[in-house]
Amino acid sequence: MADLSADLGFLRLRNPVLTASGTFGYGLEFAPYLDLNRLGGIVVKGLYYGPREGNPPPRLVETASGLINAIGLQGVGVEHFAADVLPELRKYDTAVFVNVCGADNEEYLRVIDFLEGQDGIAGYELNISCPNVKQNGACPALFPEATRLIVAAARARSRRPLIAKLSPNVTSIVDIARAAEDGGADALSLINTILALAVDLETRRPKLGNIFGGLSGPAVKPIALRMTYQVAKAVHIPVIGMGGIMNGADALEFMVSGARAVQVGTANFVEPGAALRIVEEMAAWCDAHGVARVSDIVGTLQA
Amino acid sequence: MPHDPRARIIRRQSWGDFHLFRFESPALAASAKPGQFVMVRTAEGTDPLLRRPISLHDGGDGWMEIFFRVAGRGTALLAERKEGQTLDLIGPLGGGYQLDGEWSGRKAWLVGGGRGIAPLYFLGRALQVRGARVRVFYGGKTRAEIPLAGKFRDAGFDVACSTDDGSLGYRGFVTALLEKELAAGPPAGLFVCGPDPMMERTARLAQARNIPAQISLEAIMGCGFGACWGCVKRIKRQDGGKWRKICEDGPVFAADEIIWDEA
Repeated sequence: MADLSADLGFLRLRNPVLTASGTFGYGLEFAPYLDLNRLGGIVVKGLYYGPREGNPPPRLVETASGLINAIGLQGVGVEHFAADVLPELRKYDTAVFVNVCGADNEEYLRVIDFLEGQDGIAGYELNISCPNVKQNGACPALFPEATRLIVAAARARSRRPLIAKLSPNVTSIVDIARAAEDGGADALSLINTILALAVDLETRRPKLGNIFGGLSGPAVKPIALRMTYQVAKAVHIPVIGMGGIMNGADALEFMVSGARAVQVGTANFVEPGAALRIVEEMAAWCDAHGVARVSDIVGTLQA
Repeated sequence: MPHDPRARIIRRQSWGDFHLFRFESPALAASAKPGQFVMVRTAEGTDPLLRRPISLHDGGDGWMEIFFRVAGRGTALLAERKEGQTLDLIGPLGGGYQLDGEWSGRKAWLVGGGRGIAPLYFLGRALQVRGARVRVFYGGKTRAEIPLAGKFRDAGFDVACSTDDGSLGYRGFVTALLEKELAAGPPAGLFVCGPDPMMERTARLAQARNIPAQISLEAIMGCGFGACWGCVKRIKRQDGGKWRKICEDGPVFAADEIIWDEA
C-alpha cells in the first residue's frame, strides 16, 4: 500500500488529511463516527481567550453545492478548552492544532501564551481570516502588513509550529501569503470561506442573521485550487489546501496543485466519517496509479 | 451505530405533501426515544448538500418511521424514494422529551401543527405505556394538513383537530382551541411541536397557568450532532441566557427556558 505520510518539515503527519477548523467541533464530537487516531490531524474550532457568544441566528443557509455560515466563532474559550477538552484529546494519537482567534493582536497572543503551558498541542493555526466576526468581513488576512505583523508577533511568542490561515477575499492571495511567510509562518492553510450573501426574495431580507457569511463546500473548490496553486508556487513553506474537498480525488487535486496536506471541512457535516473515507480513497488511487508515496504527486500539475 | 447509510424503506404512505416512511434500522429502533430526530441525506451528490433533520415518528421491533412534509428541493427529492430503496441517516440525535415522574392516570396534552405532529405519535405511545391519559391537539391550515388524525384516534388518543378554514374540527388556531380547553382544567403536562409562533403561544399559555411544558424546537442544521453550532436558540439556564445548540442541547426544551423574542 502507498505511503500516505505527509512531511510538513516541522512535523510528519500519518497522512495528509486534517479536519478543518469550525467543521469538526473540538474533535470529540466525531469520536462516535470515526477513529480519530487514523486522521492526519485535527484543527479544533477557533478559540478566543474567553467564551464567545457568536452571531444571532439564522447562522446557516445552503446554496448550490455550498453552505454559507455566519456562526461568528461561538466557542468555549481557552480555560474551558484546556480543562475539559484537551485532556480528552490527549488520549488520541493524532496531531491536534488549535485554531487561534483574537479580537485584536493582543488577544491572539494571550491565547497562545495560555496554551504554551498545555501539552498535547502540535501547533497553532492562526485564524486571521474569519469573515464573520467584524463588519463586512474585515480581518487581518485582508492586508499584507497586518498579516505580517500578527504572524511575527505570534512567532515571537511560541516555538510551536505556526500555520497562518489565509482569506480568499483579497485581490492578491500571493501578496498575503508572502507577508505571512515573511512574518515567520511555518506553513499556510487556505482557503477560509468566501464572503457571501444569500437573499430571501419574498421578504427582501438577507437569509443570515449576520447579513454576510462565508461560503464553503464543493462550490468553492475551483477557486481554492487556483489559490493553492498560486500560493504554493510563490512561497517556500508548506501549503495546506482546503475548500470543498468531498472525496479522495478532490484531495489529490489539491496536492497536485501544490498542497502538502489538505483539510476536510464542510464534508464532515454531511458525513461525519468523511475524512477517513477520503484517506482510504487517496490510498486506493495511489495504489491504482502505481504511486508509491502520495507526497510524490505534490506540485506535479503540468501547467 | 450512529450512521446508517442503508436503512431499507419497507413501507411508505403519502398524503399530498406529507410522507411517512417506515424503514428497517435495528440499531436505531433499540435506542431511539420520542423527540429525537435523524439527519437524512436527501439525494446523492452535492446538491442538495446538507442532510435534513426529521423527527422520528414511531418505532417498533427493528423499524422506525419518519414523517415529513415537502418544504423545498431536498425534501421533494426525498419524497421520491420508493419502498425497497434505502435511506442514509444519522441518529438517533438530540435529547428527546423528558418522561420521568409519575404519569399513571394523569393527563398529558400533546399539541402539534403541520409537520410538527411528527414526534407526537411516538411520544403519545410512550406516555400511554406509562399510563397517561393522552389528548392530542392537532392543527393545520386546512383539512389536508391533518392527514394523521385517524391514525392518532386508532392509537386510542383523544384527538381534537383545528383548521384555519374550519374544514375540519375547530375553526381557528390550535392554540385558541387549546386555550378554550385549558379553561376546563389543566393537564399535568404539555408537549409541543410545530411552527414557532404556535409553540411560543403555547409556551405562554402554559407558563401563565404553571403547567410544565416541553417544546421541541426546529432549525436549519448543518450537522445535527453538535459540531457546526449553526442551529442555536437563546436558552435561559443557571448560567444566564446563551445561544444553545438545538440539535445537541435540545431539540426539546422546557417552555420557561426559551427566550422567544431573540431571532
